[in-house]
Amino acid sequence: MHLHHSDTSPDGHTHGPNGSGGSGGSPQRPGGRRALRVGLGGPVGSGKTATVAALCRTLRGELSIAVVTNDIYTREDAEFLLREAVLPAERITAVQTGACPHTAIRDDISANLEAVEDLEERLGPLDVILVESGGDNLTATFSKGLVDAQIFVIDVAGGDDIPRKGGPGVTTSDLLVINKTDLAPHVGADLEAMARDAKAQRGDLPTVLTAVKSTGGITPVAGWIRERLTAWTACPA
Amino acid sequence: MNRAALLVLADGRFPAGGHAHSGGAEEAITAGRVRDVADLREFCRGRLHTSGLVAAGLAAAAATGYDPLLLDEAADARTAAPALRRTSRRLGRQLLRAARATWPCAELDDLAATRPGGAHQSVVLGLTARGAGLLPVDAAYAAAYESISGPVAAAVRLLRLDPFDATAVLAHLAADIDHVAAQAAEAAQHVHTDGVAALPAASAPLLDLTAEQHATRPARLFAS
Amino acid sequence: MSRAAVPSPPTPAPASTPASTPASTPTSASTPTERATPTERAVVGVHATARIRAARAGGTTVVPVLSGDGPFDLRRGRAHGDQARVCVLGTMTAPLGGDRLHIEATADHAAHLRITTAAATIALRGPTTAHATYDVHLRVAEHASLHWLPQPLISAARSNLRQSCTIDLAPTARLLLREEIVLGRSGEPPGRLSTRLSVRRDGRPVLEQQTGYGPGAPGWDGPAVLAGHRAVGQILIVDPALDRHPPRARLFGDNPATGQAVLTPLAGPALLITALAPDTMRLRRLLDAAHPIP
Ligand SMILES: Nc1nc2c(ncn2[C@@H]2O[C@H](COP(=O)(O)OP(=O)(O)O)[C@@H](O)[C@H]2O)c(=O)[nH]1
Ligand SMILES: [Mg+2]
Repeated sequence: MHLHHSDTSPDGHTHGPNGSGGSGGSPQRPGGRRALRVGLGGPVGSGKTATVAALCRTLRGELSIAVVTNDIYTREDAEFLLREAVLPAERITAVQTGACPHTAIRDDISANLEAVEDLEERLGPLDVILVESGGDNLTATFSKGLVDAQIFVIDVAGGDDIPRKGGPGVTTSDLLVINKTDLAPHVGADLEAMARDAKAQRGDLPTVLTAVKSTGGITPVAGWIRERLTAWTACPA
Repeated sequence: MNRAALLVLADGRFPAGGHAHSGGAEEAITAGRVRDVADLREFCRGRLHTSGLVAAGLAAAAATGYDPLLLDEAADARTAAPALRRTSRRLGRQLLRAARATWPCAELDDLAATRPGGAHQSVVLGLTARGAGLLPVDAAYAAAYESISGPVAAAVRLLRLDPFDATAVLAHLAADIDHVAAQAAEAAQHVHTDGVAALPAASAPLLDLTAEQHATRPARLFAS
Repeated sequence: MSRAAVPSPPTPAPASTPASTPASTPTSASTPTERATPTERAVVGVHATARIRAARAGGTTVVPVLSGDGPFDLRRGRAHGDQARVCVLGTMTAPLGGDRLHIEATADHAAHLRITTAAATIALRGPTTAHATYDVHLRVAEHASLHWLPQPLISAARSNLRQSCTIDLAPTARLLLREEIVLGRSGEPPGRLSTRLSVRRDGRPVLEQQTGYGPGAPGWDGPAVLAGHRAVGQILIVDPALDRHPPRARLFGDNPATGQAVLTPLAGPALLITALAPDTMRLRRLLDAAHPIP
């Protein structure tokens, strides 16, 4: 369920049949394209919501941002973001996923697309929309129909062999974030091995090892978002 | 006409948002009224012959080419609970998106333009069936089946039911689905002469009550 | 509740027919027929119509038409402010198989009318298994109001009744309706009961609701429909003022064992309260909690 709803949405435009197309009715930014949509996936507890919160705090001064959360059971992620006041409430929407978070970001993206488009309609042109997945296993990835780029967040406490094991999130995501490096000494994680395994799995795709809750920890991720947005804006629609 | 389009439309994997909805099953389970396969079967039987029949009638009427806006209004009058109206419109909007990509046609585009917030799911379903070249009775089948396939899929997750037993519930109700689809299609034949009053309006008090109750739950797996 | 009077040709009480109804309407004639051979089943039963019309006269409401034939005995009650009150007395409270009962009530421009019944209506199995019909048609004109507040309808075992209530409202008309249904007298299963409530405002549908309970209504007692509750009731309010102050959905009664009710705003300027309870007493308690009707 969306946090904001009414019997009939107040929007007034026609939707393109697939929201992904970058066309349709989504309001356009000065560059002539709709907002960049970035998905954040990864196992429960790896730090997706913390990453979203840190990105909002870092980028909200320079970019117009909105967030869609896919909560599994409650609206905790949305409510955490509201409580932390990382964004005004009207910029955060929660989608309910019927016990199947990966379905909502991959097989049947319609509820998420509605949420994204409703945000755009309500708020006008946006720069970036972050879509946080409800937390899945390592196979979950975002449909290209829903997002333009995806970040996969894992953490060092989940086991330092995760990059070696691979899986679609680790191997194909546009950015791999290996989070909670501050915990590495406590859990005996070998950061160098993790970086090496990630490189082997991902080839040229970027990986950052960081602790998003530490000061400056979000900087490499925020930098990556800025780069993607520049490329997105420059690229003809 | 390709009858096979009905298989595509009625497939639970058709990406129109249904997977996140339990059709009232989650609240019935929370309230302790559905505990096992036998309860699920009776829940589905009741839903099929009430809101399933109403949806089937509206879908069949839309598939005949009757004015979808009049049917949308008729659906409002047949849906007392605002939570159910919201859900139906949201699912209608999601279905419209999937339908316009799958079977593009001017009638679907027009409906999207006049009801940007979403038309009722049953009406969109009927119009989609029409766009796919299906008959009114096919639309009725899709609506009737959808009214119970969602609750069964949800109950499998919520009650950890044996999926074979749960699927047998759907098979067990096959004759009821036939009956409901035929009844709906028959009623839809009269809509052009008698107006929307000719369409079924069967209601289920508990589905209305529990839909509003479910909407107030802070923690739940399904959107409805 | 005495049925004894019914098979014999009812002689309309003088008080109940102050204005006679046009004889041209077929249903207006009382046509008691012998409950006889199976081939005549379709026509067996009492056919009767009650007519009520309220009109504005000076600062008050008068009732120029108040007629009931057959079992209908209509009485004027004491007016309440500018609201006229009429009670349908039960010389017959039991539609039997084959009966065709009809009530028509109209509140003309700016008239205010309240109709009650004196006793519960009990659907009983008659000499035939044919269904009975009980149709109510209410019309409310501009700036008029109508309260339709009958006593409960009880579906007795093996009865077979089709009840309908059709309501046509002018755009500025107001309506207050309460209906209560009891499924089976105590300890017995209900008969077959189907109801239809159709409310139109300015010709557009506001509420369209059918219910089917008892044998032949699949799933009626299951977890989606009644789940063992034996009393179900509704209050419907249509009032243009609700457009300006739309109510929020609200729940009443948190214990499913003692009944639950929900107040739901409809798509138009109307609200519907739906209550489910184990029995009439608890049903009325819930309905009163949701919207007391003095
Ligand atoms: N030590 C440490 N904890 C973190 C970091 N990032 C997130 N957490 C904590 O990890 C837990 C799960 O984070 P959350 O963002 O909710 O994970 P999600 O389920 O992936 O959204 C929370 O208690 C966070 O405070 C980090 O960089 N370092
Ligand atoms: Mg999270």
